[in-house]
Amino acid sequence: MRLELRQVTKKFGDLVANDAIDLIVEPGQIHALLGENGAGKSTLMNVLYGLYAADDGQILIDGAEVTFSGPGDAMAAGIGMVHQHFMLIPVFTVAENVVLGAEPTGPFGMISMRRARALVTQISARFGFDIDPDALVDDLAVGAQQRVEIIKALSRSAKVLILDEPTAVLTPQETDELMDIMRQLKASGTSIVFITHKLREVQEVADVITVIRHGRVVGSASPQTSQADLASMMVGRQVDLTVEKTASTPGPVVVEVAGLTLVGQDGRLLLDDICFTVSAGEILAVAGVQGNGQTELAEALIGLRRPTSGSILLHHGDPGSKPVTEDLAGKSVSAILDASVGFIPEDRGKDGLVAGFSIAENLVLDQVAARPFSRRGALDVGAIAANAADKVTQYDVRAASPSSTVATLSGGNQQKVVVARELSRHLALLIACQPTRGLDIGSIEFIHSRILNQRASGTAVVIVSTELSEVTALADRIAVMYRGCLVGIAPHDTARHVLGLMMAGVPYDEAMSQDETSESGDPLPRSPQ
Amino acid sequence: MSTPATLDPQPPASHDPHSQLQACQAPQPQPSRWRVGLKKAASSSWLTSALAVVVALVIGAILIAAADSRVQQAAGYLFARPQDFFGAAWNTVSGAYSSLFQGAVVNLTSSHSFADVVAPATKTIAYSVPLIFAGLALGIGFRAGLFNIGAQGQIILGATLCGYIGFSWHLPAGVHLVVCLLGAFAGGAAWGFIPGILKAKTGANEVIVTIMLNSVAVFFLGWLLTLRSFQIPGLSRPISPRMDTTAGYPHFFNTSIDLGFLLAIVAAVVVWWLMERTTLGFRIRAVGENPHAARTAGMNVSMSYVWVMVISGGLAGLAATSQLLSAPSQQLNVDIASTFGFDAITVALLGRSKPLGTVLAGLLFGGLRAGGYLMQSATGTPIDIILVLQSVIVLLIAAPPLVRSIFRLPDNDRRRRSRSTAHARSLRHEAAT
Repeated sequence: MRLELRQVTKKFGDLVANDAIDLIVEPGQIHALLGENGAGKSTLMNVLYGLYAADDGQILIDGAEVTFSGPGDAMAAGIGMVHQHFMLIPVFTVAENVVLGAEPTGPFGMISMRRARALVTQISARFGFDIDPDALVDDLAVGAQQRVEIIKALSRSAKVLILDEPTAVLTPQETDELMDIMRQLKASGTSIVFITHKLREVQEVADVITVIRHGRVVGSASPQTSQADLASMMVGRQVDLTVEKTASTPGPVVVEVAGLTLVGQDGRLLLDDICFTVSAGEILAVAGVQGNGQTELAEALIGLRRPTSGSILLHHGDPGSKPVTEDLAGKSVSAILDASVGFIPEDRGKDGLVAGFSIAENLVLDQVAARPFSRRGALDVGAIAANAADKVTQYDVRAASPSSTVATLSGGNQQKVVVARELSRHLALLIACQPTRGLDIGSIEFIHSRILNQRASGTAVVIVSTELSEVTALADRIAVMYRGCLVGIAPHDTARHVLGLMMAGVPYDEAMSQDETSESGDPLPRSPQ
Repeated sequence: MSTPATLDPQPPASHDPHSQLQACQAPQPQPSRWRVGLKKAASSSWLTSALAVVVALVIGAILIAAADSRVQQAAGYLFARPQDFFGAAWNTVSGAYSSLFQGAVVNLTSSHSFADVVAPATKTIAYSVPLIFAGLALGIGFRAGLFNIGAQGQIILGATLCGYIGFSWHLPAGVHLVVCLLGAFAGGAAWGFIPGILKAKTGANEVIVTIMLNSVAVFFLGWLLTLRSFQIPGLSRPISPRMDTTAGYPHFFNTSIDLGFLLAIVAAVVVWWLMERTTLGFRIRAVGENPHAARTAGMNVSMSYVWVMVISGGLAGLAATSQLLSAPSQQLNVDIASTFGFDAITVALLGRSKPLGTVLAGLLFGGLRAGGYLMQSATGTPIDIILVLQSVIVLLIAAPPLVRSIFRLPDNDRRRRSRSTAHARSLRHEAAT
């Protein structure tokens, strides 16, 4: 099936999300759609999948124009989509999820689970997926859940499969497996539209690359194009893909975490006996596949969750004075913030910012009760405004005015507000969770350099990130978490696949020895994401 | 809850024009100032509120006409003599609304004195006082993300304490009034504290707790009124002795406007100052807008809820004072709160939970109440139509897109909404297909 988009335009009010986009997907081709977050990739695919109606332009299948009024039409026309966040029902089995919405029925309209199972078995056999049709989706690993999504799309005889940021939730090994699956699908004649912002993956698997920037197609590229060229096409200017980082000169130990254990409300063990130290002027990156306890670790450190047992000793003090030691375990968030700890939360929209507040108000969110922003309970509006004017310039926050609400800002500028607030005071410890998630390359560069500045000024930094390239770009040491346990702490130049094995629970020594036997010890390629 | 474009005084962004220039780096060319201004006005929720009132008046007009017997008769031969039908409808509606206006604002038929002409307006103001107090109370709660439905109970408790002090303590004039006011505030605050502390400590839903406490308050007052100390000596009726005159509000210029109205305006200014200019207000607003971010920034969300409910309850308690202290020799009874606590929900919603808006909405509803009586007596239009007007206003405020589509206004929120709901929609579509 040959899919063609002609001059597709989609506007949201004044914002042109897609501006006359032309795209041709040939049969049996892996077509990568490369662009930064907010470039309009997902909007375009939502138009194609029938979720949005295009304001202008045509969709042609094998030369004939089609119109989709909903995903049902798109599916009937042979277009399948695997969303970034899976659309599966966790308490249903694989077979039930696959047939959901198109259930095979037997006598009296009863669902024929036998045929559903057969369907799953047949498709998984064809592509060598090892999926049990009777397994509960909840019990499957993320990579396997993704395969269920793919089976679901294929079971509706999809000829074109849209994969929206499919690797965001996968370990490096699972990513490699997904690439293999994509090649198999291609060999069987299915075309794939692969949406991503990761250059390495594009180079590895794509046949054709279309780069989108600000809602426009800025060009096509072949997979042989260098990462630097792809990145500059994506961003529209030359970008420096590597972070300038000098070797760290760790000072005295600032934070000592010992035996940190956290049991969730449902009795699950979220953190299991975590121990590590971080020194002044050192960056410890906590790596791992999403949902392995990293978020909980950060929340326990900042006091949002009360540890069940263990201690978090912080040695801090104003510069020049004698340091004091404080156990942060069980303290309130405000007490921990006052002990010169800074926190960049994972979800800035939910935990970092009050969307309806102005930039000025958000910049003092955690400091409003202190001088100079208030006196005896009354706000000093002048001081708050002056602080905002200062920070907006210093951190290059692009906004109409400091009194605009942060809801009107782009993701990168919102994150700059959070970073400006957290880094504006003396910090002994900085905890940054996914500090560059969803940001454009320019903002990533900026925030990385700010974090490195913080390290240079003697702050102990803990970064939680699921982006391996971010981890390896910033870390002095890498702690890997798996199912609430600390698998091990690896040096910063550990190879990508060794980290990948650790992220699947293999201890460092074992991962290293496996690495030696498999001879491919190539150093990690640097990529911007 | 509302767009930034409001009439309410906003904190000045920056006193230094230079700093604003530096920050102004809008990439797109600016549209003309007129366009921006018009767009802002059209997207403003204040316009929506005003239009909701207009639509309510139109729907009210249709109902008034439909309920009138002459109009019904004329409708019987509508096609033979349509002018009869439209004439009758026009007479009925214009008669009803003009008497509503004369009962609420100015009495044009009286030519005796200036005081007589503006008497309806003073009545409107008097009716609006409890609505303003209770509306401010609920507005604070709404801005903190708390749906306090308990103003009714809080008014009753305020009235109970205020009334008891008023008839049983015999203090000098002035002092007595102040103590009564403190009592009203304390009674309401105590009743607000209960749902506040329950929410803070146990996470109990404040909507349910406050609704229940409304009933508890009614029966509590009913029980108190069976006690000897709450009854007129020698009579065993559920009605209290008369309030001392020393506790009454002083009236201005012999009108029905009294100190209570001035206090309501002062309360509105204080609420504005509290919300916009203090750290407590900052915290309350932050908790209301995004409790997660407030917690992550080290704010004590639970304590904020307690504070909000105490302040909110206290203000609602003050609404009781206009029932007890405005006219001389009032008595405490179980109907003392009338329906002010529930009407105040509408007032706060119409006023967008902002102090200025609440005062204006309170005056509007006070006017409807004052004018409704004249409308009923002069034209025979049932006063229930006022209730219909209020209900339609609430309905339309709860559904701003409806108002926008009636008047074909641009929807500036749509862009943001459609982006954020794209994911949710795709989820739903997926489930549906």
